[in-house]
Amino acid sequence: MSEERRQIISVERGRVPVIAPGHTFATVTDKISTIVLTRKTPLYWLVPFLIASGLLMVFLTAVSYLFVKGVGIWGIRVPVMWGWAITNFVWWIGIGHAGTLISAILLLLNQSWRNSINRFAEAMTLFAVACAGTYPLLHLGRPWLFYWLFPYPNTMGVQPQFRSPLVWDVFAVSTYATVSLLFWFVGLIPDLATLRDRTHNRWAKATYGILAMGWRGAASHWQKYETASLLLAGLATPLVISVHTVVSFDFTVAIVPGWHSTIFPPYFVAGAIYSGFAMVLVLAIPLRAMYGLGDLITMRHLDNMAKVMLATGQIVAYSYLFETFIGWYSANQYEIYAIWNRLTGPYRWTYYALILCNLVIPQLLWLKKIRTNVVWLFMISLDVLVGMWLERYVIIVVSLSRDFLPSSWAHYWPTIWDVATYVGTIGLFFFLFFLFIRSLPMISIFEVRTLLPQAEVTEGVEK
Amino acid sequence: MTNPSKPYAYLDLAEIRARLDSSRGREYWRSLEELANTEGFEELLEREFPRQAAEWKDDAAGRRQFLKVMGASLALAGLSACTRQPTETIMPYVRQPEEVIPGKPLFFATAVPIAGVATGVLVESHLGRPTKVEGNPDHPASLGATDAIAQASVLDLYDPDRSQTLTYLGDIRPWSSFLGAAREALGPQSATGGAGLRFLTGATTSPTLADQFHAVLQKFPRAKWHHYEPAGRQASRAGARQAFGEPLNTYYQLAKADVILSLDSDFLCTGPASVRYAADFAARRRVRGQQTAMNRLYVVESTATPTGAKGDHRLPLRAADIEMFAAAVAAGVGARGVDTSAGSQMTSGPHAKWIAAVVKDLQQHGGASAVIPGEQQSPAVHLLALAINEALGNTGKTVIHTDPLDLNPVDDFESLRELVEDMDAGKVEILVIVGGNPGYNAPVDFGFTQRMSKVKLRIHIGLYADETSELCQWHIPEAHFLETWSDARAYDGTVTIMQPLIMPLYFGRSVHELLAAFGDQPNQTPYQIVKGYWNRQHPGPDFEDWWRKAVHDGIVPNTVLPARQLAFKSSAAPAKPSQVQGLELVFRPDPFIFDGRFANNGWLQELPKPLTTLTWDNAALVSPRTAERLGLQNEDLVELNFRGRKVKAPAWILPGHADESVTVHLGFGRTHAGRVGNGVGFNAYALRTSDAPSFGSGLEIVKTGSKYPLAVTQNAHLMEGRAIVISGEIDEYRKHPGFAREKAEEPPKELTIYPGFKYEGYAWGMAIDQTACVGCNACMVACQSENNIPVVGKDQVLMRRPMHWIRVDSYYKGGMDNPETYFQPVPCMHCENAPCELVCPVQATNHSAEGLNDMVYNRCVGTRYCGNNCPYKVRRFNFFLYSDWTTPSLKLQRNPDVSVRSRGVMEKCTYCVQRINEAKIDAEKEGRKVRDGEIVTACQGACPAQAIVFGDINDPASRIAKLKAEQLNYSLLAELNTRPRTTYLAALRNPNPEIENS
Amino acid sequence: MKPPVYGLMAEFESPTALAAAARRVREQGYRRVEAYSPFPIEEVNEALGLHHNRLPMLVLLGGILGGLTGYLMQYYIAVVDFPINVGGRPLHSWPSFIIITFELTILFAALTTVLGLLGLCGLPMPYHPVFNVPRFALASRDRFFLCIEARDPMFDRHDTAEFLSSLDPREVCEVAH
Repeated sequence: MSEERRQIISVERGRVPVIAPGHTFATVTDKISTIVLTRKTPLYWLVPFLIASGLLMVFLTAVSYLFVKGVGIWGIRVPVMWGWAITNFVWWIGIGHAGTLISAILLLLNQSWRNSINRFAEAMTLFAVACAGTYPLLHLGRPWLFYWLFPYPNTMGVQPQFRSPLVWDVFAVSTYATVSLLFWFVGLIPDLATLRDRTHNRWAKATYGILAMGWRGAASHWQKYETASLLLAGLATPLVISVHTVVSFDFTVAIVPGWHSTIFPPYFVAGAIYSGFAMVLVLAIPLRAMYGLGDLITMRHLDNMAKVMLATGQIVAYSYLFETFIGWYSANQYEIYAIWNRLTGPYRWTYYALILCNLVIPQLLWLKKIRTNVVWLFMISLDVLVGMWLERYVIIVVSLSRDFLPSSWAHYWPTIWDVATYVGTIGLFFFLFFLFIRSLPMISIFEVRTLLPQAEVTEGVEK
Repeated sequence: MTNPSKPYAYLDLAEIRARLDSSRGREYWRSLEELANTEGFEELLEREFPRQAAEWKDDAAGRRQFLKVMGASLALAGLSACTRQPTETIMPYVRQPEEVIPGKPLFFATAVPIAGVATGVLVESHLGRPTKVEGNPDHPASLGATDAIAQASVLDLYDPDRSQTLTYLGDIRPWSSFLGAAREALGPQSATGGAGLRFLTGATTSPTLADQFHAVLQKFPRAKWHHYEPAGRQASRAGARQAFGEPLNTYYQLAKADVILSLDSDFLCTGPASVRYAADFAARRRVRGQQTAMNRLYVVESTATPTGAKGDHRLPLRAADIEMFAAAVAAGVGARGVDTSAGSQMTSGPHAKWIAAVVKDLQQHGGASAVIPGEQQSPAVHLLALAINEALGNTGKTVIHTDPLDLNPVDDFESLRELVEDMDAGKVEILVIVGGNPGYNAPVDFGFTQRMSKVKLRIHIGLYADETSELCQWHIPEAHFLETWSDARAYDGTVTIMQPLIMPLYFGRSVHELLAAFGDQPNQTPYQIVKGYWNRQHPGPDFEDWWRKAVHDGIVPNTVLPARQLAFKSSAAPAKPSQVQGLELVFRPDPFIFDGRFANNGWLQELPKPLTTLTWDNAALVSPRTAERLGLQNEDLVELNFRGRKVKAPAWILPGHADESVTVHLGFGRTHAGRVGNGVGFNAYALRTSDAPSFGSGLEIVKTGSKYPLAVTQNAHLMEGRAIVISGEIDEYRKHPGFAREKAEEPPKELTIYPGFKYEGYAWGMAIDQTACVGCNACMVACQSENNIPVVGKDQVLMRRPMHWIRVDSYYKGGMDNPETYFQPVPCMHCENAPCELVCPVQATNHSAEGLNDMVYNRCVGTRYCGNNCPYKVRRFNFFLYSDWTTPSLKLQRNPDVSVRSRGVMEKCTYCVQRINEAKIDAEKEGRKVRDGEIVTACQGACPAQAIVFGDINDPASRIAKLKAEQLNYSLLAELNTRPRTTYLAALRNPNPEIENS
Repeated sequence: MKPPVYGLMAEFESPTALAAAARRVREQGYRRVEAYSPFPIEEVNEALGLHHNRLPMLVLLGGILGGLTGYLMQYYIAVVDFPINVGGRPLHSWPSFIIITFELTILFAALTTVLGLLGLCGLPMPYHPVFNVPRFALASRDRFFLCIEARDPMFDRHDTAEFLSSLDPREVCEVAH
């Protein structure tokens, strides 16, 4: 692989480097590990962490009240029996996708620039999946029986019903969470070893030592290690595609007009990556400012991610157009009405807002000026996150509110508890994320080392 | 109940406190203390637990504790009283098993009296607990079906808010002290012949009560018996008095009528004979195969009603104009003896063609037609209707006159006015209000409440301590009709002896006992009184057998009132057209709450009213055009200013309502109805004066600018061009019978590459005839009481979370001002390819071998995915803990064969699987198959029009199989290939070509 | 009998130096040699002749096992153990079973990968002699080490140390047990 690496690096010489010049193994190691090992906790960490904790309290309150009273505290009703909960579930799951994509797919594609962003992107994946995972449980009428969705030997002799997309979800999401966690942890082992060797605090040393499992960077280990991470990447790639496909099955398998469509899987996956990269940018831009990581997470990274957003954004835009076209082309009066209702019904403003957020505004990313301006990037990323949430809201709520029999049509509106739960999971997400950046290297140290020019063996490699 | 650790704690008082409604908790305890100390209570005690009472003699503290405990238990919906079997012998309707077998319900024949008139019913009793009302097939007013109110009446029995104690000025008194007080007061009266004694009753038809009254009036010749029924039948009596010189009871034999003209009459859904009328009406519209004969219904009405919806032609007219319309028709058919000059305005007006066609049609069917005036119409309209029927020769054929059903056939308002004037003049010393609630529903201009104070002794007997008992010193809890003996007449005079199914839960007294108190033998039981009366009618040795049979059948033989043939007096007063200026205000009794007496019945409050689907409220109903003129939107809170009296009411736009007319329903805005009924809706009685009892002009509407949320269960009434209710005209069917199936586009079975499931043995299915359904919603209540469906309350209905397993959708066709209206009852379709089952992750809903879409409550985790994926939206979810798990008396009502659902599970129509299994078990025991018609679902049993048919579609001889083979039979949303087991018969109309073409 | 020391360790400044040294040591005939570096270096692996790797085969087997488990579990539950009419669909609705089959394939394969990695590397390993070298902590930062183990037949405490010093390392030191 050294051949390729050399080529890449030599090619990159011409352009903005992935890592700002002047770094050595020692400097990158110290720079990244100090963020974790420093004794004093900076204010710019503490303040957002406290805010996140506050939102986490909101979450706990909302959930406690939910368990006491029942899902009736939400705005769900007949016929809209799924509301914000499932919207948020799909939204969070989608966001997760970017992490796996960066760590797995870009690895397979030899996009070595991803080395300095994959670590926290993967962490984001884990926490997003954690947030997403709460919803299918919370939205149950009898949440304490959630385990009935898993197959296990039981005295009732009843098992899950494997034709139901919800059971597919259970397997897809839990598999996804597990594999992402493994991938992330395997990636952490060498850096945990670094922290073990660098910290002076006994407890920290013990903890990192246990987690590093005695890693000592032996060549024979490195060799298996690289194979393993390639294998994991190869497994995670189809998985990440499958997860959102399965999530989209929740809708495509149902017969509700506006759900029952075959284009959902690719359309959902693209949307997922779209929102995922938006979230990575939303996280990366403040982080590099806070911790002065501009030299490790360079403009190149932001630019590349913006390009990925632009590309997936175009796919999503195409899907919207095609969804509408299929609605008309189906010549099915219910499908046609569902589309018509989106465009002109009582919820039309959500659809137009979604078009604005996901289609119109992101077109700015065609301009290099915008792509290389952190403020603009940050705003556009936020806008995309809003847009992608609206997309799921339109699909779920608007389609359900007017299905086959007009007699059952009703207007849905959320309650304060819907909002509290949603805001709460955002709190949960940032709570976990800030704990992560304080206790683990948010950038993969050993992978960044390989990006340095010194990392290449300069002579006498040929046999 | 004993607790060894606490010797005297026979009942956990903390638990009682917890059970009591917190808001009422405090007084409740105070009254308990009193309860525990009155001698009346000891009397109760002696009656009930003499031995235990004696046990405590020597121990004061213990005795006190014991009394408290007993007080608590009695006050708490009679924990001990609730399951006591009556000691008098009553006759199980089903002969075997004679004795009670747990799990085997018994049926007892009795009657539900509404405004005094009986509908015969069979009441299902589980171990002495009446749980469900079914129609009595032998009874002429029922034919096995019931209306919504009769279905809900069983809930009233267990209503924890019913008055539970006899009170004097709010203090609890024993029956004995009331008797004492009555005797004391009557002493001076006997001297004056009862000059100061007044009785006020509602409409009542009980022969026994009549007998008692006459006895009392003989004893006190100068006493007066007044009569006030807020939504009574005095208009028809007045009309008859004008026509024939005496008040008469008029009913119709619609089975013989080819053409029916309704003059503002909702005869299909309201009134004592509506159940029978609906049955006869629907029977004449059953189009099967080659049998394509249909009757024709013309409806002229102000408020849009289900009857209007069923009309082949419907003409919205202001209530006041209907008199002119009637006059025009009368003139057209050449009615004699009435002044029809008023009709000229109509015959020259825009409706001339319409009227001409109706007249022609009526004349062509002389003797086989019927003109039915509305109970809320003016006497003049009734007079004209009588004249028209005379002219058409319908009288004696389709229109039957008999002596009045009411024992005291006077004009309600005049009678009450007389009483009020006497009260004002101080002539009234003792006023006994027997049932009724004049304190709430008397015309405002009488000032009844103020004048009550001028009466020395005021006695009220009623189910509830209501607005009227507030005005009386004595309040006597009345026994529910399921708790006591009585008798009543049906619309045609048929007498039913009403037998109790349970001892009074709250020690209520029957009106018979009350009247006995004013007679010579004050201490007779209702059983003695009723049986005694009938023994006098049927003396002789065979009386016991006669009595057994009469009570058992629920019908007293040969009590149908004979038809009267009277000469139509030409001296009838001429009908003068009432001057109509400005908006018109129309009063109507609520279809379910009636005049307000059922206001505390949660089932009826939550039952969507026909057409508006409004629950938990009444509204000011206006036509779309009038709403436009006044700039009104739905839910606008407006001020109704009627002849100087003001009431705030929410507006609701009702397509098909007459323009320039506003309808308000009576019976809401109660203040002493109970926890359910208090403060629900607005009180329309506040606008109702004796000079405009049913309608009157001079209404002004002022927008307040604020909104008032109304809980409706259906917002969209247009079919959006979808094949939902497939309808056609009878001629279309004759030419091309298959039109319905073609519209439904059912995909062929061969489309799938997989073999479908085979259903050997039974295959349950249902067919609903949309031509027959009159949209009365009786099925919804029947289902609710059979399947323990909870009441969720207005807030939850506003959140669109009603729990009814079957709903009656209504759809409009044509313009807003006078649309065609179709009813579609929607239970679970039990699809063979059920979309709900496919998506359930835990197999909580799947298919039985007999094709039932089963719902396994205790497996359901509540993902609600099935609800989303059900294209018919028949699945209902327990978003909260809706079922009442605490109120003891309500538990008694529950059907033990149906599990009470808890929070977080999905539920839906099961085709009454408990009834299916019961029938299957019986069949297996006898080694046979279930017979066709042996299983009757709750909705089917209640349906007056017999629009619902259930059975085994694998049995080619069954009714259901035959219906499924009908050309009119189609599946709802068939193109989805869900293969519903519930199918529909397309709705047919029989319009008059002459009107169609014009 | 156990040798007195675990081996001899030489410290280098750059990956290039390490790779060169590793090649020399191999040429010299040493076989029990291990290199330590803060990041993977292909050349060192080649120099030390590390080619063989059984991990992919294990993962393949794990994946196949997962797939079979997934499909057979569903088939058994839906067709054999609890056959019931769900929405009129066939008991053996194989298209619906594919997703879970796929997911379990991935899950099992991924678990095999990680467990296999740890197993083949002999991790977790609470103690290892190389950590006795004080400067070895830098192996996870910016230094590169080469260790000739005492088990090597050619190992000689004195000569081997001589030889290592000739590769101009930063320093050579003994690795105690």
